[in-house]
Amino acid sequence: MIRFLILLLLGLLAWASPARAQEPDHRALVAALAEGGFSEKEAAIQAVAATGDPSLVAVLEAMGDGALYTRKSDGLVLIGEEDRRQITLIDPLTRETLETVGSREVERVRVNNRLRRALSAAIGAMTLLSPDPNVRSEAAQSVFRSADPEALETLDEALARESDDNVRARLEQARAAALLETDADLETKRAAIDVITARGDRDALSLLVALRASSEGELQEAAATGAAAIERRLKRWEIAQHITYGISLGSVLLLAAIGLAITFGVMGVINMAHGEMVMLGAYTTFVVQEAIRSYYPPLFDSSLFIAIPLAFLVTGIIGIAIERGIIRWLYGRPLETLLATWGLSLVLQQAVRSLFGPTNREVGNPSWMSGAIEIGALTITANRLWILVFSLAVFAALMLILKRTSFGLEMRAVTQNRQMAGAMGIRTGRIDAMTFGLGSGVAGLAGVALSQIDNVSPNLGQGYIIDSFMVVVFGGVGNLWGTLTGAMTLGIVNKFLEPYAGAVLAKILVLVFIILFIQKRPRGLFAQRGRAVEA
Amino acid sequence: MRHRSWGRHLSAALLGTSLLVGAGGAMAQETIKVGILHSLSGTMAISETTLKDVMLMLVEEQNKKGGLLGKQLEAVVVDPASDWPLFAERARELIEVSGVSAVFGCWTSVSRKSVLPVFEELNNILFYPVQYEGEESSRNVFYTGAAPNQQAIPAVDYLMEEEGVERWVLEGTDYVYPRTTNKILEAYLIQKGVDPSDIDINYTPFGHSDWQTRVAAIKDFGSQGKKTAVVSTINGDANVPFYRELGNQGIEAQDIPVVAFSVGEEELAGIDTSPLVGHLAAWNYFMSVDTDENAEFIDAWHAYIGDDARVSNDPMEAHYIGFNMWVEAVEKAGTTDPDAVIDAMVGVAVPNLTGGLSAMMPNHHITKPVLIGEIQDDGQFDVVWETSGLVVGDEWSDYLEGSKDLIADWREPMACGNYNTATGSCGGTVGQ
Amino acid sequence: MFLTRHLGPGGWWFLLAIAAVAVAVPYCNLVLPPAHPFHANSYIVSLLGKYLTYALLALAVDLIWGFCGILSLGHGAFFALGGYAMGMYLMRQIGDRGVYANPLLPDFMVFLNWTELPWYWWGFSSFPYAMLMVLLVPGALAFVFGWFAFRSRVTGVYLSIITQAVTYALLLAFFRNDMGFGGNNGLTDFKDILGYPLQAGSTRAALFAASAIALALGFLIARAVTGSKLGKVLVAIRDAESRTRFLGYRVEHYKLFVFTLSAMMAGVAGALYVPQVGIINPGEFSPANSIEIVIWVAVGGRGTLVGAVVGAGLVNYGKTVFTTAMPELWLFALGALFIAVTLFLPRGVLGALGDYVEWMRRQKPDPLAHIEAQRQARREEAESTEHFLALAAQARAEREAAPAE
Repeated sequence: MIRFLILLLLGLLAWASPARAQEPDHRALVAALAEGGFSEKEAAIQAVAATGDPSLVAVLEAMGDGALYTRKSDGLVLIGEEDRRQITLIDPLTRETLETVGSREVERVRVNNRLRRALSAAIGAMTLLSPDPNVRSEAAQSVFRSADPEALETLDEALARESDDNVRARLEQARAAALLETDADLETKRAAIDVITARGDRDALSLLVALRASSEGELQEAAATGAAAIERRLKRWEIAQHITYGISLGSVLLLAAIGLAITFGVMGVINMAHGEMVMLGAYTTFVVQEAIRSYYPPLFDSSLFIAIPLAFLVTGIIGIAIERGIIRWLYGRPLETLLATWGLSLVLQQAVRSLFGPTNREVGNPSWMSGAIEIGALTITANRLWILVFSLAVFAALMLILKRTSFGLEMRAVTQNRQMAGAMGIRTGRIDAMTFGLGSGVAGLAGVALSQIDNVSPNLGQGYIIDSFMVVVFGGVGNLWGTLTGAMTLGIVNKFLEPYAGAVLAKILVLVFIILFIQKRPRGLFAQRGRAVEA
Repeated sequence: MRHRSWGRHLSAALLGTSLLVGAGGAMAQETIKVGILHSLSGTMAISETTLKDVMLMLVEEQNKKGGLLGKQLEAVVVDPASDWPLFAERARELIEVSGVSAVFGCWTSVSRKSVLPVFEELNNILFYPVQYEGEESSRNVFYTGAAPNQQAIPAVDYLMEEEGVERWVLEGTDYVYPRTTNKILEAYLIQKGVDPSDIDINYTPFGHSDWQTRVAAIKDFGSQGKKTAVVSTINGDANVPFYRELGNQGIEAQDIPVVAFSVGEEELAGIDTSPLVGHLAAWNYFMSVDTDENAEFIDAWHAYIGDDARVSNDPMEAHYIGFNMWVEAVEKAGTTDPDAVIDAMVGVAVPNLTGGLSAMMPNHHITKPVLIGEIQDDGQFDVVWETSGLVVGDEWSDYLEGSKDLIADWREPMACGNYNTATGSCGGTVGQ
Repeated sequence: MFLTRHLGPGGWWFLLAIAAVAVAVPYCNLVLPPAHPFHANSYIVSLLGKYLTYALLALAVDLIWGFCGILSLGHGAFFALGGYAMGMYLMRQIGDRGVYANPLLPDFMVFLNWTELPWYWWGFSSFPYAMLMVLLVPGALAFVFGWFAFRSRVTGVYLSIITQAVTYALLLAFFRNDMGFGGNNGLTDFKDILGYPLQAGSTRAALFAASAIALALGFLIARAVTGSKLGKVLVAIRDAESRTRFLGYRVEHYKLFVFTLSAMMAGVAGALYVPQVGIINPGEFSPANSIEIVIWVAVGGRGTLVGAVVGAGLVNYGKTVFTTAMPELWLFALGALFIAVTLFLPRGVLGALGDYVEWMRRQKPDPLAHIEAQRQARREEAESTEHFLALAAQARAEREAAPAE
């Protein structure tokens, strides 16, 4: 404890005097980061922050990333880069690479969430003057959250220098947040509240609600008004948010169902193994990523672009094999196809389970699919946005194939009148196989996308099969536009019900709605017109 | 053993559906049979297959040490296929047809509830290795997983003290374990002075995969100026999409930490954990625990399974403890007769993998340390906190209206699983 | 007696076999000493008892699929509802012997902090009421669902998918703890039925015998229905629904009747299943279960009734053997069975057996065999036309006999 106090004192001294002369003290400061319990470490972090020396930021960052180690032989605190249980040690102050050791020879400096918060606040305060505007913006964000009055001085300095408008706004907000923690006069604080209210997001709301609870009198009133304004704004965005969630769910449903819209909708084959095609697509992605990981890691970000055609090919070929081996014997007996394909789905599931094991497999998000985009108070996560784009692209491509290619023409001819098409010289058997292959291939594409948001396990397909059938039946069999409309409608309805009814009840209500709807319109939303008594 | 059961079924077929050959007693008693009742197919295979492998390893190791009472052990594996009624049927088969001396098995609460009457009727022993909701104590079952007070309550304490959490989202899958755990936690938090409006309880269905709405709701709930945490009792498959959505919507552990009771090393093996660093889990064992026993266990496990990448987890440790306890009790009793073993079990203490001794208590629950671990980017947990001593499993929660007066003590003269201290009587299921 | 009128020699043999089983298994269990080579232990009794209830369920599915062409992928729902009705009775019988010793509420309600019994649990402490519900609840659901579906002429695969949606919705609903049916755990820890402890050998034997009797009764009813004029209309609907409608039959009424009857039979099967396996939970509603029932019927041979029973027995026996001996292979075997039966045995084991017998009879190579086959085919077609003509004549006669409206 005493040692720690001395260190703190040293830290304060370091802050008070010119930075150059403090090299040995820096080493002591760094050493303190690895000492004692979490409270002691937190104080040590503040001591480092108090130096304001940008050269120490790397140490704090390493600590936050869990890359700060104590070497067991001499107790020195060093930055380490781990690679397969081998750790390359780097001196935190001089930046020279010292040696590479086994993981048993060093001990990682433990951090928990409290320390991570302290670290990000400290790093924020230390990087406010960074030359990189992105870093400055991030730093301002950290300071806004920590609302640390100590940072006010640096903030003022940063504001005076700032040229970038966005960063300036962030800095102003951080300054406002810090001001509220000081004993400044009411007017200053009011102005600060206005700045924060203008920011208008959840972090701002959180700050004002906390202020409302802790203050009194006019200040409390001002905080309450600000909080209410933000809440109104968020409320207005809520509907938009529900719609985006609904569209996102709809795009997932669309992807899962669109292959079925081909095999079931166009061909009339009740393909219960459809879900397993999706699953195989996801496993193809897994295999591609594994291969990339072990042979050429830099390619990881483009793994999906390799997986997409591969998944299409793999599931397409399997689909053709299924059609030739099983389904072609069962045309005209739709209920039997149902049973045979269900059996097939069991076999495929168990085959994957035997090959890859029953546990979930890790499929990573490429970096461009992580994170979120903020529009107003709307959060749109990148992976869901890309899935929406992808599903619409698949939809458009399918429409093109159906309407603009000779294969599509032949396909439609065969499904409309097999005998006539045969008489016109179309090889109906080949078209059947290709159509089923196309439907399965599209299911495989869905698998690539779903691997980004769901578990990759042998049960993956089962979760989507009933939903997919509902979408196709609801939208109207044999009509791709119906599938699109059906998927989006069900997605949005589901998401509007969910906040009120809960996830389970929302799903039940949607199912009941579909059941009733089918009674009303037995052929779905976009029924194919025809004169036949029985389709 | 395979041929024998084949033969039995074959003869059953030959005799039509009516007549069957005699029970398993005909075989010469050369081995002691141990039943393994874990799903190897269906939805639960994902978790349970590993436990079957651990049991086979433990049996093999025991046989290398010379077996038990001078006999070799023989593992009898059956597959209840994640089908709850089938659990009861398979349990009956293990006991009546195969003649096992004890059974190690079950994962879900419903599977345990399903087999419970069978074990009581046929008077055999079940070792149940998974953390569960408590509210049960049977003479024929030994619970080697955690009760709520060995997992949930210490975790909440940690969040309150270490992270200063004041606002709580209790997020769970809709089944009995989250329901009970959340009920206990709610009562506990209110007792600790948390305002009921600062607690949000929500349930989602099994395998829930679209978490957008819930994560947004959590964000909203967390923007009320008080430090917020999520206590997650989300089951298995729903976890991966949940954590992914959290990561993507930018909720970091420093802002809103999530402490989970059903997420272990095995579950994390399926995800890229770098966005999850800092989220927490409470267990009685982590693979990363640095003790000699654990290192030895992991080495043995890797050697047995032939794959250095396989992880170990808490239910595996529970089986390790349970199996060693059973071995010791059988040696103490000098027989595998269930009645003698059940009596001998209470008080048996064996080393656990975290460097202590776990003991079987009179309520058929065991003592365990509670560890809080933070998720690391390599899919392991880093222990940030642990209880100073061992915690005794509390079968009847003190925080539930119906059970606060109940206690279990299977020693004579009480020999009761739900003795009501208020009325002084043993209600419900009385041990035969 | 009208029930036995359409039985035929095969039917009598089948009934005799069931009766033999109903007597023999309890005898081997209760009377023979455990050391006796023919002693049946409780595992065997409850296993075979379970098969019997499955057989009744398969019979119910065969009645609508084999004879009326309605492929229900949701029959597990009716089975489960019957099971839940029985389970609720058994829960109420526990009384204050539950772990919380609450005289009124089942344990799961106690820990959900419920203070009173929800209205839909009222009356279930009475056995006759519970048995009524076993028939009424599945029957009512089938009636309402069928009323809408058949009237709107939802047929074929659409109907199958919609029935699947029904059981899926029920699955989700029963998983909810707020529903008051015990959530995922379902109803369990039963103690006794009609005052007899469920764990006693004699009760188990009695339940076994009851299942056998129920199966026999179900078989009699199904035979009576399919053998009657009504049955002929059903077959006509199966083969050509529109044609039958154009003949003046109210197709939806016939379908509705047989669908409701079948649902009630499934409900009874469920009610007998629950006390023998000791648990009922939402898993029984899972769509996969319902599809599996259909495969039992397909394996045995649909449209034969006996085939359904045989199929249920064979597949479940296979499941028991496989999941014990080679757990990893079970799904392969089941899946392959689905494919093989639909591809190679479209008429099931019984149909294949019939074909084989036929083939044995004509083992001598007959140079005119193909001509005979053609004649046979023509004869069958003529019979089918005659069948419809007869139906048409009947319908006309009925219309003429009826007073003008």
